[in-house]
Amino acid sequence: MLTRAAWLGRLAPALLGLLVIAGWEALVRFNDIPSYVLPGPLAVAETLWREGSSLLAALLVTLRVTLAALLVATLTGVLLAALMAQSAWIERSLMPYAVFLQVTPIVAIAPLIIIYVEQPFLALLACAWIVAFFPLVANTAAGLRSADRGLQDLFRLYGAGRLQRLRLLLWPSALPHFLAGLRISGGLALIGAVVAEFVAGTGGSETGIAFRILEAGYRLQVPKMFAGLVLLALTGIGIYAALAWFSRLLLRRWHESALPPRS
Amino acid sequence: MHRPLVRLENVAKTFPDGLEALAGIDMEVGRGDFVSLLGPSGCGKSTLLRLIAGLAQPSGGQVLWPDGPPAPGRIGYVFQDPTLMPWGDVFDNVYLPLRIAGQGRKAARPAVEAALALVGLADFAHAQPHALSGGMRMRVSLARALVTRPALLLLDEPFGALDEITRFRLNDDLLRLWGEGGWTVLFVTHSVFEAVFLSQRVLIMGPRPGRIHAAIEIELPQPRPPELRMGADYQRICAAASASLAQAMGSC
Ligand SMILES: Nc1ncnc2c1ncn2[C@@H]1O[C@H](COP(=O)(O)OP(=O)(O)OP(=O)(O)O)[C@@H](O)[C@H]1O
Ligand SMILES: [Mg+2]
Repeated sequence: MLTRAAWLGRLAPALLGLLVIAGWEALVRFNDIPSYVLPGPLAVAETLWREGSSLLAALLVTLRVTLAALLVATLTGVLLAALMAQSAWIERSLMPYAVFLQVTPIVAIAPLIIIYVEQPFLALLACAWIVAFFPLVANTAAGLRSADRGLQDLFRLYGAGRLQRLRLLLWPSALPHFLAGLRISGGLALIGAVVAEFVAGTGGSETGIAFRILEAGYRLQVPKMFAGLVLLALTGIGIYAALAWFSRLLLRRWHESALPPRS
Repeated sequence: MHRPLVRLENVAKTFPDGLEALAGIDMEVGRGDFVSLLGPSGCGKSTLLRLIAGLAQPSGGQVLWPDGPPAPGRIGYVFQDPTLMPWGDVFDNVYLPLRIAGQGRKAARPAVEAALALVGLADFAHAQPHALSGGMRMRVSLARALVTRPALLLLDEPFGALDEITRFRLNDDLLRLWGEGGWTVLFVTHSVFEAVFLSQRVLIMGPRPGRIHAAIEIELPQPRPPELRMGADYQRICAAASASLAQAMGSC
């Protein structure tokens, strides 16, 4: 049973959303704002309904790039972090370049990548990867360093090997940090894919949702732009929710962040 | 010839920040001995155990093992904190030393279960550490130290967080275990009564830099039944040890 306060806590955001949408619709109607300036929510919904299947197909293309980039970023990020955990020297030599990738704006690198990487899917993937990569490396590396000192002593006392230490001690200690990085990178991968599509223009035979938004903009189909935006936002929320759920699933048995409060 | 298990010669430990934790420690622990280190907080008891376990290096003197340094798993160590892996359950934590030694989970099960039974946690094999009481966590840590049947057991105030009843029970269990032979125990405690009840020899430490102020041979019969705690001999020795401890603390 939910208490009254809990119900209110759930209802309040939905209520606020409804209010904003209703206000928006009213604003558009009462001022007769044409839909190529600002479409009302109903017009957006109607476009979404009409063009839904073609927009969803485009969304799928973007989603494929996003998820592939997230996967590659996870693999390379964890691998690099594990390499850094082996010695302070390796970490000191690699970290500056990881930071370099992180601080250079993706819009500035994307055109170059698109020139050099011929295959459009790979070019988009590379852009999204660059954006998603850093939080994974940085968090996982910090996590691998954060293993409890007492447990480190224990492993030393029993003569644990390098790999045992990594697998049984460092990795479980790093898991919560890694998952925090993954939640951030999930959203960033989507942003990276969208930016890359904007820069790439038509690219291959299949076009993603970001390009569709751009295209609609050229044609002044503003409701369609909003419709694409809504889909993108929902996708971002979906990715975050899925990763948050995954993270809770892995940590619920032991980590403070996922344990229920003491009663 | 008398050959000790481990001998410390003029051992000193100064930390990089300049703090002199130990100076001029000479001591021996013989095979099969039960020795207690008794001293005030901060006098370097934990530091001394870490040096013997090889987890830290002395800055002066040496730690000698006449029969060669012990292989991994030959030293069991109960740290002052339980130091459990929060991601594993009680079984996983106790199994860890055997797992590191390359033993399979199935093969290790009897040893792990025996160690858990010894500390009275047979029913908690699948509990998570966060769901245990502080004293139970400490007992898991003790079971983990026992599971490899080590030659030398280093215990750093293992029962400090326990109520007196459980503490007495575990003291009796520890003595019984030790009585089975094959174990050497170095036991750190704040409690004069505990040190005298358990040990053959009590080393009294004084503070800063930590040194061994006195060694008291405990002339009580073996084995020691719980009723011994009521006896006049026991109380007389406790009084003497308390006096020695007070003197050690006054000498700083
Ligand atoms: N890593 C360290 N760096 C600097 N000083 C340290 C370090 N570890 C311990 N010390 C210092 O060494 C002294 C002895 O510490 P130690 O932990 O051995 O005391 P203890 O006798 O075990 O005390 P307690 O009974 O409170 O556990 C203390 O003054 C402590 O501040
Ligand atoms: Mg201590």
